[in-house]
Amino acid sequence: MKRLLFKTVLFALVTIFAIGYGVSKTYAASNTIKVGVVYSMTGPVASFEQSAWQGLQVAKEIMPTALGKKIDLILVDDQGDKVQAANAVNKLIYDNKVDAIIGPLISGNVMSATPIVEKAKIPLITPTGTNPLLTEGKNFISRACFIDPFQGKVAAIYAVKDLHAKTAALVIDSAQDYSVGLAKFFEENFKKLGGKIVAKTFIQTGESNFSAQIASLKPANPQIIYMPCYYQEIALFARQAREFGLKQPILAGDGAAEAALIKVGGAAVNGLTFTTGFAPEAIKTALGKKFEQAYQAKYHKLPDNFAALSADAYFMLVNAIDRAKSDNPIKINTALRQTKNFQGVTGNITLVNGNAIKPAVIEKVENGKFVYVTTINP
Amino acid sequence: MLTTVLQQLINGLSAGSLYALVAIGYTMVYGVLRMINFAHGDILMVGAYLAFFGISAFMLPWWVSFITAIILTGFVGVLVEKLAYKPIRNASRVSLLITAVGVSFFLENLFLVLFGGVPKAFPIAPIFHGVLNYNQLYLPVVSIYTPIVALVLLYMLLYILHHTKYGMAMRSIALDIDTTSLMGINVDIVISLVFFIGSSLAAVGGILWSTQYPSINPLMGIMPGLKAFAAAVLGGIGDVAGAAIGGLILGIAEVLIVAFFPSLAGYKDAFAFLLLILVLLFKPTGIMGKELERKRF
Repeated sequence: MKRLLFKTVLFALVTIFAIGYGVSKTYAASNTIKVGVVYSMTGPVASFEQSAWQGLQVAKEIMPTALGKKIDLILVDDQGDKVQAANAVNKLIYDNKVDAIIGPLISGNVMSATPIVEKAKIPLITPTGTNPLLTEGKNFISRACFIDPFQGKVAAIYAVKDLHAKTAALVIDSAQDYSVGLAKFFEENFKKLGGKIVAKTFIQTGESNFSAQIASLKPANPQIIYMPCYYQEIALFARQAREFGLKQPILAGDGAAEAALIKVGGAAVNGLTFTTGFAPEAIKTALGKKFEQAYQAKYHKLPDNFAALSADAYFMLVNAIDRAKSDNPIKINTALRQTKNFQGVTGNITLVNGNAIKPAVIEKVENGKFVYVTTINP
Repeated sequence: MLTTVLQQLINGLSAGSLYALVAIGYTMVYGVLRMINFAHGDILMVGAYLAFFGISAFMLPWWVSFITAIILTGFVGVLVEKLAYKPIRNASRVSLLITAVGVSFFLENLFLVLFGGVPKAFPIAPIFHGVLNYNQLYLPVVSIYTPIVALVLLYMLLYILHHTKYGMAMRSIALDIDTTSLMGINVDIVISLVFFIGSSLAAVGGILWSTQYPSINPLMGIMPGLKAFAAAVLGGIGDVAGAAIGGLILGIAEVLIVAFFPSLAGYKDAFAFLLLILVLLFKPTGIMGKELERKRF
């Protein structure tokens, strides 16, 4: 009797899962353009995904077709992990036979996807991967965001001119190409402007206890802390830093541009400033206004950096497909990389060797909200 | 320099007692079933999530929510044992080990499906707020509570083990499960109790962990779980006091490596596993480990 019950329950569960899987699997018809999406649905940067995926869906509602064909988005989770990102890209290319790929979001994951798309000759556009190495010597990688040498320079200028800092400490996430690269470019420019790096410490993505690193920064007594990491680590670091009596302003990169930063960081992230690619207040283009309205109508909040850049990656891709007049991946790629003066959500975008040339904005956390500070042109 | 070192030691003590709480669960289960319960870290995550929902969804006062979560997590541990481990208790050790890994994946993915992968901000109970400050020395309140709670629970556990009938039964099972059952002791109940205690301690660890680092996600248990496993082996797996000491050593060693080699700070986690490898190479029975396969608890 017991055995029978067990078997029945097992059978029911298996059936439910099987049906669920069958329903969720998309059987794409031949008259669609398949676009693979590799985002981090789970893992340490999962909050990016939420905004980015929402932005992508709003963008798809605004422009649902290219060449008169329906666009099909096929989402695969990379768990914020490099190995999973490579698996996801392989799956999209060889199982789903996609024509182009949007994502991954973070530099390290794009890096591990790069050799695969280069070999398969499928265009990949990352909304937010800012590390300069991603596109260097590559033919099929493009991005909707600016690159870190520019972001690091902007941060250094802001630190010296507006925060009047002469000494700085660096907190680097040694597991992230993004963080290592951005810290390097900040350091170069900060030194050029007469600043001095008085301390350097390293963390790892997913770590939550930073007390040791904080205690080691303290004796150096820097005027500011530059922490080009992702929101989760920044929020936890800021909380612990304030508890341990470190009162210096914290400056970050676009990895901080996520509402979860404030949710987890609370009062500790008040006053935190960061360089990023987009602020709702800085929208000037018609497409940007349309996107903002549609996003707000759907999610009842303002789009953030990840939503906007994710939408831009999509718009740029659709625009490229239309210009290529073909859904051949190689032709799409050629058109995409020739994008010029595209009026996207985040401004006027021109791609040079796959890198977007566009202004950066500085945002600040004030009373639990992101507030626009200023725009800095390239 | 002295304050920095002192500060680091306190940080290490606080991190170490968290590892200790979780390591005790590993060691107890190993003691009675001779298996490494790799799902133990995920039990910690379950504890943290239950406490989170008690406060945020059911609006319970924090202490009610914590106690409920700790007890419920204990039952989750018992349930896991009943469903996954009991049916194969007499199978080979490898089957048990693989089942434990399976349970670990199951719990992680169950919580991912139910609550999504986006980290949630853990609400912090008012008494855990605040920092004490003695000239340049900063003590977040929670880092004072953690070692105290760990010490009290460890004392209670050792008392149960050495001064109660159930404790005696546990030690007896650890020595020889078949003979124990021949003596008329209900082995199933005692094993359930072991899982209940171990899982409750993991829940305490999870709650304290989330209070100190207030961001929870379904994969949060993996790292603390692995570290606690390393701590348990370091102390001599199967030995409760050893697990606690192993946890403390691991926590303090981790913090000191950052203090003295700042450029290695990013490899803090790797260091724990390096320590694990060294222990397995040179003293496989661990610090407190007596003769292998003889002493338990």
